[in-house]
Amino acid sequence: MTEKWTPREVVHRNYNDHPPAFAPGYKTSVLRSPRNALISLQNSLSEITGPVFTHDDLGPLDNDLIMNYAKDGLPIGERIIVHGYVRDGFGRPMKNTLVEVWQANAGGRYRHKKDQYLAPIDPNFGGCGRVLTDETGYYFFRTIKPGPYPWRNQASDWRPSHIHFSLSGEAFAQRLITQMYFEGDPLIKQCPIVKTINNDDAIRTLIAELDTHAAVPLDSLAYRFDLVLRGHRATLFENRTQGAAR
Amino acid sequence: MKAYLPETASQTAGPYVHIGLAPDAAGFHIFEKNFGPVLVNGHTQGERIILEGRVFDGSGTPVRDVLLEIWQANADGRYNHPADRQEQKALDADFRGWGRSCSDFDTGIWRFDTIKPGAVTGRDGRMMAPHVNLWIVARGINIGLNTRMYFSDEQAANQKDPVLNLIEWEIRRNTLIGQREQRGNDIVYRFDIYLQGEQETVFFDL
Repeated sequence: MTEKWTPREVVHRNYNDHPPAFAPGYKTSVLRSPRNALISLQNSLSEITGPVFTHDDLGPLDNDLIMNYAKDGLPIGERIIVHGYVRDGFGRPMKNTLVEVWQANAGGRYRHKKDQYLAPIDPNFGGCGRVLTDETGYYFFRTIKPGPYPWRNQASDWRPSHIHFSLSGEAFAQRLITQMYFEGDPLIKQCPIVKTINNDDAIRTLIAELDTHAAVPLDSLAYRFDLVLRGHRATLFENRTQGAAR
Repeated sequence: MKAYLPETASQTAGPYVHIGLAPDAAGFHIFEKNFGPVLVNGHTQGERIILEGRVFDGSGTPVRDVLLEIWQANADGRYNHPADRQEQKALDADFRGWGRSCSDFDTGIWRFDTIKPGAVTGRDGRMMAPHVNLWIVARGINIGLNTRMYFSDEQAANQKDPVLNLIEWEIRRNTLIGQREQRGNDIVYRFDIYLQGEQETVFFDL
């Protein structure tokens, strides 16, 4: 890539918009959360740069989870389109961001060697896809709506239907993994993983809305899910003289 | 519209993160091209090294469902990204500088095949010691953890590194040093990560 860029700092993260590391209602976090405070850095080149992805990294069916693992027929379940925009905190489009998704099938079963849930595998559904955002930050993929599933936290805990999202951004400091939930799902407000976030506005950012305007008649419903990554500040990256005190 | 939009909230990657980010590790093949732990090809410039380690939880048990990504400069100390304007340094077209690795489900060992990065200029023109940036996600980790690995054979540069010197507890700086060892013909840096407890690794808010 030879395009000239102005190196820009990434705005600090507001931890009130995120779950804390230690969230005992989600039991696995108890032994997997640091006890020390994070050490805050000012951005250097190591944080404001990150991997660059291109269409050469992807295959033609990578954003079509209905077809990308179909063997002898179509997968069973609700056919949906998931689409939206990825922006930064200042509302600028995040172009060329790698969006990777994974999910369970319509019955809540994952195609993973460690998943033992008794609901069956769908022979025609893999459950993963990926797409690059375009010049306007837009992405879309097509899939089957995942089912809820039980998990060992409290013995009666069930995850709401959800799709896992991973976003690369332009800078390593923007790297984000999250989960998308579906509007109206009554399991959302009971879920210990959702409830790791202590901020209702932040939880609302994870709920996709039914979008009948984007539905394909007699074919697929649609859900709209926009995402926001940390903003790039417009000011210059280095504004001190070399050798000046930190 | 708000002056500044809040960042989308993080959530754990969960135990089945491999399905999306490393499907072959989940046990099925779907993509023609896969991202993985090998950052080098036959033409990449620089000293070949292996980074290897395990991630431990607060009980000392290896975390066997962890996924790590690394981001590093090339052998000349330049990042393969348009915001890196250190134009006196060469770009290496055969080095993206990024890779992804999953720990082994039995042993918890993860590894990367890469090159030793050169030193990168830090803030205010101060040189940073050679380092690799790491990002760690897993079940039980609500927001990805960022750390850095420095090299045990770069003691002089490490002592002047502006980020290591920001850690006021000198004893904690040692948690960021990968230990160089020779294994047959391979140069291996061992870097174990402790999520919690006595030897807890330093994690950064970038």
